Amino acid sequence: MSLTLTRTTGGAGQAGSPRPPVVRATSRRRSWHSAGAVQSRTGWLFVAPFLILFALFTAIPVATSFAMSFTDIRSREIRNPLAVDFVGFDNFIDVLSDPTFQRALLTTLVFVALCVPLSLVIGFVLALALDTGIRRLRSTFRAVIYVPVIANIVAAAVIWQYAFTPSGPVNTAIESLGVAGPNWFGDPAWAVANVVILSVWRNIGTCMVLFLAGLQAVPNELYEASSLDGAGGLRSAWSITLPLLRPTTLLVSVLMTVAFLNIFEEPYLLTGGGPLGSTRSIALWVYEQFGFGNVAGSMAGSFILLLLVGIVALVQFRVLRPKH
Amino acid sequence: MTSSSSRVRTALSYGALTIVAVFMLLPFVWVLSGSLKSQAEFMSNPGGWLPESFEWQNYVALFTEKGFSTYFANSGIVVAIAVLANIVLSAMAGYALAKLEFRGKPLVMAGVIIAMAVPYVAVFVPQFVVVVQLGAVDTLLGIVLPILVLPISVFVMRQFAYSIPGELLEAARVDGAGEWRIFARIFMPLAGPALATVGILSFLAAWNAFLWPLIVAQSQDTYTLPVGLASAAQGSNTLDYGILLAGAVVILLPVLILFLFLQRYFIQGVATAGLK
Repeated sequence: MSLTLTRTTGGAGQAGSPRPPVVRATSRRRSWHSAGAVQSRTGWLFVAPFLILFALFTAIPVATSFAMSFTDIRSREIRNPLAVDFVGFDNFIDVLSDPTFQRALLTTLVFVALCVPLSLVIGFVLALALDTGIRRLRSTFRAVIYVPVIANIVAAAVIWQYAFTPSGPVNTAIESLGVAGPNWFGDPAWAVANVVILSVWRNIGTCMVLFLAGLQAVPNELYEASSLDGAGGLRSAWSITLPLLRPTTLLVSVLMTVAFLNIFEEPYLLTGGGPLGSTRSIALWVYEQFGFGNVAGSMAGSFILLLLVGIVALVQFRVLRPKH
Repeated sequence: MTSSSSRVRTALSYGALTIVAVFMLLPFVWVLSGSLKSQAEFMSNPGGWLPESFEWQNYVALFTEKGFSTYFANSGIVVAIAVLANIVLSAMAGYALAKLEFRGKPLVMAGVIIAMAVPYVAVFVPQFVVVVQLGAVDTLLGIVLPILVLPISVFVMRQFAYSIPGELLEAARVDGAGEWRIFARIFMPLAGPALATVGILSFLAAWNAFLWPLIVAQSQDTYTLPVGLASAAQGSNTLDYGILLAGAVVILLPVLILFLFLQRYFIQGVATAGLK
């Protein structure tokens, strides 16, 4: 089937000598009207809107981003991108030796190191509780824990700014326990904690839902068999649940790692990268440099981020690869 | 498994879920109570959990003085276009990628996956250049263009199209139906749940989008709700929390109401996007 079709798709014209129509599906001709050619044209037509937008807003941008990072483009040349000079690896050297970028790189890795395990562990425990522990209220709990995922980030940041002010509700609650509430926005370490709390709050629901889907795909017979063999709950969790959940765990960690490598909105809206640059992520650095007119530097920075994500995304590609 | 150990586990589950659920919901309690406080109460007692008197004034000011009626309309237009375009265009692309044979298909599929993986900060500057060249800066069109067909929508539709038996389409072909007809009359009516998922995903993407509208919208006439709220939060010297929190409620409420009714599709959207 596919062989026939590869041949028929090649010719757009009415090539080949006319033959009497044959009913057998395998003898499709290289014809404009043949079923294969029609499918091929329709196929292209159907994906055309996606392809055009993909080219305009993903493929070309990635390619230009790469090309521009080797030039001296500044913001005034943005309307005429051809009037720039090639400068080789200068931008990359500048960016990598810029202390604010190094700090942003480190900060981003700190966010990844804190947020990914936290979201994963809490999400997993909740999925486990939903899957095995309870019958009633299951969908209510699932919905409530999922709500932050769909909450608008600007709205969430406004709530956070209000709730975490020195005398806001959070510190009021902490002080009622007899402990002094921290300065969530003024102290660099607490500002990082604040961004982490907001980001984890927003991502637990995603982790939980993905783990839950993974858990529900584990056939019940396996548990029944192992309990007949005399295995206890912990034993079957260790030898059945965990191994079967490995693909899910890998997938969730990759998705979360990519998400937190790209972290932008939370620090941008909550702390503006401060205090003292303690919460400035790479994405925020790129955005700021673009605003300062250092387009070349921002593109080099974004390309370094793209490389970091690309490494993780390669794994993701293998996991997500369509099985059909 | 003894019944006592399972009872302990059930109790532990309920406990853990309740604690986390309370923490997930607390911010929504704060936003609601805060949005009903007067500025004077914020000054005297910002930490109080319940407002002393309910001040609906914040919501009135939001729409009459703060321009939120414009932002709300802009968000509505952007969302309507994005949802409609995503449903139609991703159904076409997904159907073609799953059910039609054409050369270069694997390449298009690779494009879908790459587009899902590319980090946003790596593309928004050249995306902006494209929009500048198209003359669409500071227009709603410029805001909605890049999200007309989300790669995730195409992915969801493609996964769904695979589950449709090929014999059904083949039978229609034998009966002489054209590809458009098969798509519109057979595929689309079957695709209801998948279209709902795509609708939800694109609704969320368009309603919650922040960075891109922030760059493209350069005057208050084209601000969407998140951009309007962010600029209100950053523009004022003395933060009027009552008004800002009322703005947050206005952004959150439509999504929450929709979520209440279409919860299944929301969650299915993430599960499909992540797992298949």
